[in-house]
Amino acid sequence: MEATLPLLILVLPLLMFLFLGLFGKFLSHKWAGIIGTVGMGVTMIIAYYTAYTYFFSGQFVGADGERLQYIVFDQDWLSLWGNLTIKLGFLIDPISALMLVVVTTISFMVHLYSNGYMRDHHGVYETGFQRFYAFLSLFSFSMLGLVVATNIFQMYIFWELVGASSYLLIGFYYTKPSAVSASKKAFIVTRFADLGFLIGILILSFTTETFDFMSLTSSPLPGVENTYYVDAATATTALESAGGQMFLGGSLMTWALVLIFMGGMGKSAMMPLHIWLPDAMEGPTPVSALIHAATMVVAGVYLVARLFPLFMINNAMGGAALDIVTVVGALTAAYAAIVACTQIDIKRVLAFSTISQIAFMMVSLGVSREGMHDNLGYMASMFHLFTHAMFKALLFLGAGALIHAVGSNDYTAMHGLRKHMPITHITFLVGCLAIAGIIPFSGFFSKDEILTACFGNSAVAYVWMSLVAGLTAFYMFRLYYLIFWWKEHNVPQGHHAPKDQPWTMTLPLILLGIVAIFCGFVPFADMVSWNGHAPHHSGINWTVASISLAVAIIAIAIATAMYRKENAMPAKMRSFFPRLWTAAHKRFYFDELYMFITHKIIFDRVCKPIAWFDRHIIDGTMDAFAAITNKASYAIRGLQSGSAQSYVWVYLIGALLLGGGTVAIIFLFF
Amino acid sequence: MESVLSIMIYVVVALSIMIFSVLAVTTRKILRSATFLLFALFATAAVYFMLGYQFLGGVQIAVYAGGIVVLFVFSILLTSHPGDNSSKLESKKKALGLIGAIAMFIVCAWSLISRCSLLKPLEDMGDAQVPTMHRIGHDLLSSGDNGYLLPFEAISVLLLACIIGGIVVARKK
Amino acid sequence: MDMLDLLNNFQLNSLMFLIPSLFMFCCGVYGFLTRRNMIAMLISLELMLNAVDMNFVVFNRFLCPGQMDGMFFTLFAIAIAAAETAVAIAIIINAYRIAKDIDVKDLTKMKF
Repeated sequence: MEATLPLLILVLPLLMFLFLGLFGKFLSHKWAGIIGTVGMGVTMIIAYYTAYTYFFSGQFVGADGERLQYIVFDQDWLSLWGNLTIKLGFLIDPISALMLVVVTTISFMVHLYSNGYMRDHHGVYETGFQRFYAFLSLFSFSMLGLVVATNIFQMYIFWELVGASSYLLIGFYYTKPSAVSASKKAFIVTRFADLGFLIGILILSFTTETFDFMSLTSSPLPGVENTYYVDAATATTALESAGGQMFLGGSLMTWALVLIFMGGMGKSAMMPLHIWLPDAMEGPTPVSALIHAATMVVAGVYLVARLFPLFMINNAMGGAALDIVTVVGALTAAYAAIVACTQIDIKRVLAFSTISQIAFMMVSLGVSREGMHDNLGYMASMFHLFTHAMFKALLFLGAGALIHAVGSNDYTAMHGLRKHMPITHITFLVGCLAIAGIIPFSGFFSKDEILTACFGNSAVAYVWMSLVAGLTAFYMFRLYYLIFWWKEHNVPQGHHAPKDQPWTMTLPLILLGIVAIFCGFVPFADMVSWNGHAPHHSGINWTVASISLAVAIIAIAIATAMYRKENAMPAKMRSFFPRLWTAAHKRFYFDELYMFITHKIIFDRVCKPIAWFDRHIIDGTMDAFAAITNKASYAIRGLQSGSAQSYVWVYLIGALLLGGGTVAIIFLFF
Repeated sequence: MESVLSIMIYVVVALSIMIFSVLAVTTRKILRSATFLLFALFATAAVYFMLGYQFLGGVQIAVYAGGIVVLFVFSILLTSHPGDNSSKLESKKKALGLIGAIAMFIVCAWSLISRCSLLKPLEDMGDAQVPTMHRIGHDLLSSGDNGYLLPFEAISVLLLACIIGGIVVARKK
Repeated sequence: MDMLDLLNNFQLNSLMFLIPSLFMFCCGVYGFLTRRNMIAMLISLELMLNAVDMNFVVFNRFLCPGQMDGMFFTLFAIAIAAAETAVAIAIIINAYRIAKDIDVKDLTKMKF
């Protein structure tokens, strides 16, 4: 494969960013939107072509039919010591090809959609429209750079870049205080997590003396093309020093992986670092769809998947990294699902749903073991990442259409919209069915694989995740019914009635709807697996599938009973568990907990004494020096009389003392 | 044994150095002060001649006595009116100055006298040692061991800078 | 010991030149410390400088008559003295133009 085309995937969005960012204000709004959209469309086509070439050309298949990792180019960027070099490159393997498709698809849809969304009801463009497109391009560039990273440091660089563009886009309405604080929150929380990531990278690279994913995760073979089958012996030798040393009950390698996973937790909003994601909904809805549903937030999953062979080795050596991933994922999935049942803001419901679904992917990675269907969980996780990106982007864009039409984020302002906005209604329903896991829709297939993987690992994980899956179906249909049913004639009727949005917004909905229906049929198991070899098991485990289908249908039935028509049942349920409901509605007081820790403990108990020490002791010492100097200068300034003769007097006396003293000493002692 | 003449010359020169120095700093008429300075400088030139440095004595007369003193006289005429006496010194200041000068004298004289090895008699210079014009010119413009080319050139640059600086400082704005 | 013996034993030595030179220097010091007229101070300065020049020559002559280093030093010092005097007089004339006076007491602006 030549380097030019894949390079364009990165260069085009970057150029788009520079062009729109520097010259955007000389363009009309319309043209800025068109240029951004077309640029992203071209990028998407190139990415499709690249992924197609990778999967289907047969060039990248090894002797045993395994898929190979291929480095398109790898440029030295920064030479540290020894053979530790930071490179910038372009790595194509099944998961990065998959991510190229996902990112460019969603990004293109969002670019297209924003042409309609970023205007008011009269079609007037919002201020900063060009800036919005510039930031979208920046984000696309960073995300694409992240997924094709050849080494962990490059990933870290782009990881921070997506964080920065996420910050910029959340705070897009920077005149709104809530948006500003949300963007700050997102930035600080993810930065805090990235601290762990960085330390993890340093530990890992210090002990293995490499940043390269290929060297880290595969047995090196001569030539550019490489399988990434883990030769456990080689990789373990490289990591022996890391695995051998213990620190606080874990090996260094476990610590490195857990710290790296901490970075992933921050980006992927795993509990307890999830608090930024619901607030990030302050950004424009297309941004939520692109960054906070489909692409950036799955970067954590992608990171774990990228380093998955290391996690495997760690697991084989008795490390706890994978178990931690599982537990964090399982807790987050349940937590987010429960909270999602009680939120009023539809974007927040979707945000918690996103958290929950990402946690599914994490769990899936966490339960993945070599013994079980050749790491089915790994494939399932990537599969779910793919389908989730599609249907969650669909749901977010649908929510955006609703918000745009109604002018409010709360379902209380909606109800009974199905006749007013038929296209939005149908596509949203498709999204709900997909996420609930009803049979022909894409979510069914990926969720089935995840549950199968859990089933293979432990009964507890399986039951737990099945219940969460049921909860998912419940809260999604609760949302669906509360938006489109529940109460008729809640919204203005006649001329001012909400209606379907212009084609730029409905077209992405329809396209994504179609994708969300059919993308489950992609033969994923043949394309993505943890070591390049297709797993022996593929196809649907009908035992698991029928159980999860039954759970989903029961959950949907309950939701239908409760929310289809206006009735008192939800209120009754609420008063039945008042404490639980309030706690869940307040997201189990995580924000308050953070406020308590940061304000009451860190600020009051730690920072204030330090500030006092700094202000009074350190500054005081310096001020005292200054004051002494000042006093002394004032005291002796009379000596600077300006009269030359008095200076000569001083000089003369000095000379006499010195000369007389010297002479006296010579005279007396020599 | 020195000739009586040379003894007398020495006595005259030494006395005139001391007397004219005292007069130069004590007279209240500034123009006279400059004149006494001129005499003291001439006496110094005489010392150089006595010690056999004819060229240096010539330079002393030409530059010091002929150039610098003339400069002094010009500037005195520019800045004061003829017949003006500088104001009488305060006795306290005078006494202090005297004490300072005498202390200086004592310390330096003591250090000189205590080093008796300096009391070497004046020896005649051999022919090779006489600082002839030829040697001086050769040394001034050579860059070897005894060469003074670099300071010579540095002085020329310094003089140029002084000419320019003097003009810049003194000219009317 | 009569007068003739004294004359017979008379020999020029370095101290005979150094002491007058020192005396000249101290006169300069006295003048510099007491005179208020800036030109008079400059004259005192020249006296001091001249005394030092003389010392160089005397040491050169008595300690190493074959060398000419002290003489050259004096030669350059004379050149520098000329330069210094020229600049100093330029400054004095300038100060006179501003203050209509060259009394150092009145020229004490250059202080804190």
